[in-house]
Amino acid sequence: MSARYSIFSLIRNALAYHEDWPAAWRSPEPKPAYDVVIVGGGGHGLATAYYLAKELGVRNVALIERGWLGGGNTGRNTTIVRSNYLWDESAALYEHSMKLWEGLSQDLNYNVMFSQRGVLSLAHNQHDLRAQSRQSNANRLGGIDSELLTPAQIKAFVPIMDLRAGGRYPVLGGALQRRGGTARHDAVAWGYARAADALGVDIIQESPVTGFRIDNGRVQGVETAKGFIQADKVGIVVAGHSGVMADLAGFRLPVTSQPLQALVSEPIKPVLDTVIMSGAVHAYISQSDKGELVIGAGADRYVGYGQRGSMQVSEDTLGAICELFPSFRRLRMMRQWGGIVDICPDASPIIGKTPVEGMFINCGWGTGGFKATPGSGWVFAQTIAHDRPHDLNAAFSLDRFRTGYIIDEHGAAGVAH
Amino acid sequence: MSQRYRLPDGGRIDRTAPLNFRFNGTALRGYVGDTLASALLSNGIHLVGRSFKYHRPRGIFSAGAEEPNALVQLGTGARSDPNMHATQVELIEGLKARSQNCWPSVDFDISAINDRLSRFMPSGFYYKTFMWPAAFWMRYEYIIRHAAGLGTAPTGRDPDYNDKTFAHCDVLVVGAGPAGLAAALSAARTGARVILVEQDAEVGGALLGLAGEKIGGKPALDWVAAARAELVESADVRILTRTTAYGYFDHNFVGLLERLTDHIVDPPAHLPRHRLWKVRAKQVVLATGAIERPLVFRDNDRPGIMLAGACQTYLNRYAVKAGQKAVLFANNDGAYATANDLAAAGVKIAAIVDTRPNPEGPHSERAESAGLPVLAGHAIVGTTGDKRVRQVRIARLNDDGSAITGEAQEVDCDLLAVSGGWNPAVHLLSQARGKIRFDEERGTFVPMQTEQATHVAGACNGSFGLASCLTEGFATGETAAKAAGLSSKSRRKKTPAASNETFLPARWTWLVPSETPLGRGGKHFVDLQSDVTAADLKLAIREGYRSIEHVKRYTTTGMGTDQGKTGNVNAIGIIADTLDRPIAEVGVTTFRPPYTPVTFGAFAGRDVDDLLDPIRKTPMHGWHERAGALFEDVGQWRRPWYYPRAGEDLHKAVAREVAAVRTSLGVVDASTLGKIDIRGKDAATFLNRIYTNAWSKLEIGKCRYGLMLGENGMVMDDGVTARLGEYQFLMTTTTGNAAAVLQHMEEFLQTEWTDLDVQLTSVTEQFATISLAGPNARRLLSEMTHDIELSPNALPHMAFTEGTVASVPARVFRISFTGEMSYEINVPASYGMAVWQAVLTAGERYDITPYGTEAMHVLRAEKGYIIVGQETDGSVTPVDLGMDWVVSKKKDFVGRRSLARPDMLKPDRKQLVGLLTDDPQVVLPEGAQLVERALPNPPMPMIGYVTSSYGSPNLGRSIALALVKGGLARKGETIFAPLADGRVVPCTMTDPVFLDPEGERLRG
Repeated sequence: MSARYSIFSLIRNALAYHEDWPAAWRSPEPKPAYDVVIVGGGGHGLATAYYLAKELGVRNVALIERGWLGGGNTGRNTTIVRSNYLWDESAALYEHSMKLWEGLSQDLNYNVMFSQRGVLSLAHNQHDLRAQSRQSNANRLGGIDSELLTPAQIKAFVPIMDLRAGGRYPVLGGALQRRGGTARHDAVAWGYARAADALGVDIIQESPVTGFRIDNGRVQGVETAKGFIQADKVGIVVAGHSGVMADLAGFRLPVTSQPLQALVSEPIKPVLDTVIMSGAVHAYISQSDKGELVIGAGADRYVGYGQRGSMQVSEDTLGAICELFPSFRRLRMMRQWGGIVDICPDASPIIGKTPVEGMFINCGWGTGGFKATPGSGWVFAQTIAHDRPHDLNAAFSLDRFRTGYIIDEHGAAGVAH
Repeated sequence: MSQRYRLPDGGRIDRTAPLNFRFNGTALRGYVGDTLASALLSNGIHLVGRSFKYHRPRGIFSAGAEEPNALVQLGTGARSDPNMHATQVELIEGLKARSQNCWPSVDFDISAINDRLSRFMPSGFYYKTFMWPAAFWMRYEYIIRHAAGLGTAPTGRDPDYNDKTFAHCDVLVVGAGPAGLAAALSAARTGARVILVEQDAEVGGALLGLAGEKIGGKPALDWVAAARAELVESADVRILTRTTAYGYFDHNFVGLLERLTDHIVDPPAHLPRHRLWKVRAKQVVLATGAIERPLVFRDNDRPGIMLAGACQTYLNRYAVKAGQKAVLFANNDGAYATANDLAAAGVKIAAIVDTRPNPEGPHSERAESAGLPVLAGHAIVGTTGDKRVRQVRIARLNDDGSAITGEAQEVDCDLLAVSGGWNPAVHLLSQARGKIRFDEERGTFVPMQTEQATHVAGACNGSFGLASCLTEGFATGETAAKAAGLSSKSRRKKTPAASNETFLPARWTWLVPSETPLGRGGKHFVDLQSDVTAADLKLAIREGYRSIEHVKRYTTTGMGTDQGKTGNVNAIGIIADTLDRPIAEVGVTTFRPPYTPVTFGAFAGRDVDDLLDPIRKTPMHGWHERAGALFEDVGQWRRPWYYPRAGEDLHKAVAREVAAVRTSLGVVDASTLGKIDIRGKDAATFLNRIYTNAWSKLEIGKCRYGLMLGENGMVMDDGVTARLGEYQFLMTTTTGNAAAVLQHMEEFLQTEWTDLDVQLTSVTEQFATISLAGPNARRLLSEMTHDIELSPNALPHMAFTEGTVASVPARVFRISFTGEMSYEINVPASYGMAVWQAVLTAGERYDITPYGTEAMHVLRAEKGYIIVGQETDGSVTPVDLGMDWVVSKKKDFVGRRSLARPDMLKPDRKQLVGLLTDDPQVVLPEGAQLVERALPNPPMPMIGYVTSSYGSPNLGRSIALALVKGGLARKGETIFAPLADGRVVPCTMTDPVFLDPEGERLRG
């Protein structure tokens, strides 16, 4: 079993040349049957397994991962955490997640390096200002911290930014969530895995799911590379491949899968102490604790499963970054990569039941899944355990595309006369 | 100490051209042809930087792009570059470089305390601590952040500029070593369009660093010169030196970074600093060579410890001895060449330590016959020397190489050359999704399969001998040209003869044992830059991070600026041994672009500042500027926002502009509205399907307002469309949505309604639109036209006609967005300015007032007209807007089915209402949220929000539009806006039409 992590255990183990550290999680062979099988070992799946075991006492749980834990979008995103969403339903869900983030390192006994350095989104035109005012007011009345900053306040907060932005898209204002920030993405997956394992969850890696056994509309279990695993309930959490899994289970999802790109610079000494987002020029930037500038780019405009990004997207993104930070033009891109995002028509996730009884799905987080990791796992665990959605995710049903209860988080449409 | 390590002659430096430069403030000299690294070594300087985590002293390790240690900060201020490879920086006069990641100096670095504490800082230690007290993480993080990072960012706007270009070719050859040159030659001889890319300043590749190689019986570099000359003479060959092929994308799309001025002291202004090449190649030949692999032994990181091949390169290419007394530590025959060359140059060879029990091979034999001291079956088990290696400890290996036997001996030295074999540079191949496999004999990953139109030649293909490089190069170039559709015109030339010695035979040892158990003394570095040791790798595996990707991420091995070019294969070998799995099963981590780091500015190119995104300006833009207009960005367009007169602020100017329209005459530049010409026999049918209302019966010469929905039933766009003819319509769209609307309609035409005869053409920029509004609009227009009948009967509201205005052919639409009598005059764009000026001159008697978007918004809000994107946000239906009148009940249209969904029919949806503050002077902020009841503290349930809000000079009070839950049925009720400043503003919901609900002014 896992030893508790602390400065004392670190010192004790250092004296033993670090030869006595136990494995953070076991690597068991799957049992023939479980109460719940979670398909997908990313952050959301691991969090689901953890909260099932911890909050709901469901400990006969297996988590099945095709490759390695956190190898999908968990390990590919730009690690931004914030909860200042527009609609009440989203704001409540992301804020629940934010509250879990705020105690996550201690809860998991694993430092996920949640750094509340603030997330500042920029407004470049009158339309942006109106949208930010609406969102900020909604957040404030909803109990979520949000401040509107003037250009002068932005300059004081981020001195190296060029508010003229080269003159093309000057910065007219910004919305700041101080409680927002970044976290160490891999640590989130590993921390949840270790904590879930300690509560008895079997984590099974390198075991692709090849099919589902379904009788009379009810799921019986999961076919995997390591054989059939019987399950009373199955939760699917496979961002990037949700449509593929749904297809194996015989139903369809309103998601499109597109490559989303990110890149980092070489490490440099601290130069940017917050997270900057700009929808108008389309770029996100923060600096990792190692010193790399972590930059989020846009999605390729075609459907695909290649976890790469096209060059044009890096051009657009770095052009925008160079505009906001002209002193970064001489810095250099060290690494670029892509992940596959599943996007719903309303840019909000689906968390709930499927047409198959006993089967649940959590997907469609689009470009914003990382920040939701704890909350997503928490509500999904509740949904699976109780066989019905929790209040926080009731609105995020698959059914909403039939009923019309859409939660449009594309942001206010970028249109004006 | 002036260049005392420089040989008296030889090398490819220009001794007639000495250069002065500074390193950490010390004045030093070198020559043209030097790199910063070779110049430093010639001055006896090995200590260049400090390592990332432990701040250990580090020296120059390689002679190329794979350098993990010797990273320096070049220049100062805005023109400063962090993390530059000293091994690739060409020396220029006056160059200033300094060490990074050390304070106060590279010689004495306070943070070197980390090395003393390293026992408490194994891989991943930060995941296990810094959690108490919880609130302190931000402080811990501050310290961690400042300890991390390497160089520093420039402090100001980059004074240089960069460029981008496209290129196409039949064959792109990457790498101008022997294989690449041969490939380029044979491809060029077929007449193919060839681009040859070389990251170095000159072609020749590994041959530049070797002595005594022969091709065709002559010195190899003569052949290189002849090859280059032939290529330069070839018509369709482009040689790009100082250019790195950094990324290989889908469809044989390759990104190159060319460095044009970094090696020039005062570059001419016309030259960009870097140029990004976007090359689409029919065929790609990868001749990227191989990278030498170090050995992982105890304390293998001190300055003075270098790759054997690098020592050889410094000696032969730069005429620099990297030391006076050398030890060679190798597991292969090839490395002996370094010892032989060093000995020939007068460097004392203190020992050749070979892990192989029976050294074999041509180079070994030469060393032996030269009497160099060889310790076979031995290993280095430790080193000493703080800022420079001083001594090594050598011990005999047991049979399987897993432990040492017997006593260690000590040998003094000031240079330790290391070789653990060679890794083909398969980075680009892997980026292009080619497959590699582990080859037991060569002890490394070699190409197995290509996925694109890719060919591999030479050392990159695992063919290390010079003769093989040439043979493969010539053959591959021809194959590639043939695949690109060309055939050999001339008789094939004979491949020149060369030796085919490789670095084999070798003995593969991934981890060299030492006298104490691993991790219990000294450090076996695997990744020098990230300070990852073999013990760290084993710790990760012990802790359950068993996937190669987990080990990488947990230990950060291979995640530095060198991306593991020297360390990764050793890491994989050690992981495989630890897991007791074959290397092939462990696999590699994904190779990602770029091969070496690429400047951000090159991706931006010239698309910076105003050119980031095109600014769209109307034909009358210059007039607006001269009139002192302030502008706002609407999509890509820059529109006049308001025209302040002296002393006016936004509110005063807008009040004046708005009043002018209602009392006399205003004019607005409406050219930015999207205009789409719709033609074809089925145009009316098409509009029936696209818009919510019916179009079949619209008469020619009439206009109609249309509302367009997305498939989800939400309002997507609106605008007026006129029927110009039986089969021709002109649609107007909102300014920001024009492209999206065209795309939306094209998608339906091309994918769903392929049977319809309809053609769409964007004509937005073909016309300038001048919109007259106000009680005097007709009077003015009638004075400017002789052939248009403007009487209300001849041209009623929502009618269209053609004629001339100010003697210019014009389309005149009587439509209104202000609620006043209004005419939109469309003239060819090139006449826009002339007609605009004519209108302004003729309108003087009516005190014609140009107005901007802000006044336009006020005017339309007084009438309750919506703006798509302001009153709508992608979640609003026509019913929500109270616009059922524009939704046909009879026909089908895009979005209709969605409108019938149960949640779309609920009465408590947010619906459009007018909003009047109880205090008429209070203007609500747009975006204010509305509540039933204001609570003292959040959270409080919100029922809607303010979409538009203005002070209305015509009504003498504030007005607002809002979307409120169930609002349509709640007019007259009071609700509240709790504002950010603490005020709670009571307001009453009303009808959204505040002015002239009967439309009398409109009809005039």
